[in-house]
Amino acid sequence: MVESRTNTVDIRGGVDVRAAPIHPLYVRVTHWINALAVLIMIGSGWQIYNASPLFDFTFPQSSLGGWLAGGLLWHFAAMWLLIANGLIYLVLGLARDRFRHKLLPIRPRELVADTIAALTGKLRHDDLTRYNAVQKLFYLGILLAGIVIVASGFAIWKPVQLAPLTSLLGGYEAARYVHFFAMAAIVAFLVIHIVMALLVPKSLRAMITGR
Amino acid sequence: MHKRKIATVDSALLIKDAARQLPDPARRLFLRNTLSLGALALLTGCDIVDGPSSEKALRVVSEFNDWVQARLFSPNRLAETYAESAITKPFRFNAYYSEEEAPDVDEEAYRLKLDGLIANKQPWTLDQLYALPQQSQITRLVCVEGWSAIGKWTGAPLADFLRRVGADLTAKYVHFVCAEGYSVSIDMPTALHPQTQMTFRFADEVLPTKFGFPLRIRMPTKLGFKNPKHVVGLAVLNNYTGGYWEDRGYNWFSGL
Repeated sequence: MVESRTNTVDIRGGVDVRAAPIHPLYVRVTHWINALAVLIMIGSGWQIYNASPLFDFTFPQSSLGGWLAGGLLWHFAAMWLLIANGLIYLVLGLARDRFRHKLLPIRPRELVADTIAALTGKLRHDDLTRYNAVQKLFYLGILLAGIVIVASGFAIWKPVQLAPLTSLLGGYEAARYVHFFAMAAIVAFLVIHIVMALLVPKSLRAMITGR
Repeated sequence: MHKRKIATVDSALLIKDAARQLPDPARRLFLRNTLSLGALALLTGCDIVDGPSSEKALRVVSEFNDWVQARLFSPNRLAETYAESAITKPFRFNAYYSEEEAPDVDEEAYRLKLDGLIANKQPWTLDQLYALPQQSQITRLVCVEGWSAIGKWTGAPLADFLRRVGADLTAKYVHFVCAEGYSVSIDMPTALHPQTQMTFRFADEVLPTKFGFPLRIRMPTKLGFKNPKHVVGLAVLNNYTGGYWEDRGYNWFSGL
């Protein structure tokens, strides 16, 4: 089944409730469950990072869990939520051909034009059912970052039982850095994502109500 | 060689630990006194993030993670071994006490005491232990804090020892007691893993005090805190006994 790409607007200017929602229900539900899981993973991940920082800085001590053991418990609990929810989203998305229709193709010319438009504040968000090239790149990127952070997480958690995965990422110590930078990429995405949602409030509404 | 000051191998400790074989006593309220944020949340009447109910839920998930890890654990998969050139120098000291506080164990008075489901509970002297067939491993120690270090450990495979003393290899747990009161318990499959070692030497020298003289249990398939130092007691059990850090919230299985 292919998701509809346009939303029907009737002549009276209201949204036709019989038309397909901007975001199907499964996308909205998994989006918000994912949001919760990601926040717990980041908060508790910062707590874990603080126990043995990779760089010359630490995160606020109020990070989730209170101390290392608490952070670890939260991290290794929320990971199941993140993984189960992510799998449901990916399987349904693939079954409904969502990713190819929504995120591809990304044409370099459009990407350049849309990037310039975005940076000069001229990018239009009239049709929420269609992503511009910058959005496509961002959403494709966050999917990739999600896969990398889960893979590197498993590589750190199980460097013996999943040794081939750990060596694929350059070994235990390298996998810690991969995990960290994937987190940094996700946090950077989140900042832009949330700012955009606030700048275009109807996009936030669409992710809640579907309209 | 080693002149150790204190002769005490506390037999009371092992007995005390054996007496702890009540059903999951250690798993109660393991985050008590640990969550400053939790305490704050309780004061504000908000217990959603770190309060007792979430603590209970997290405990349940942690036990589920024990189960998952036990199934992920392969008894035959070996941890990666490294060349001498890869050894981390200097090797980091890490414990819940400072380096000066590491217990001095008297090698003459030392006895490894055995308890639980073991046919021959005769205590072992250090000379008897040293006479066991030994092997070396250069493996990575991964700390629960995240850092790791590669070291060389030499000693007798624990599986050989357990067979030699007639331990019930179908039992669930092996519990270790340490000279200064630390304790840890592990699953039997890990105890029988070929790289799980009764370690007597570190970096080709007698195990120094800071790394657990005279006996450390080295398991490259588990996080560092599961590798007890200054081991003075070993019990084979079917009851869950937790451990020092596990009682404070670290995941029990903590396999790599």
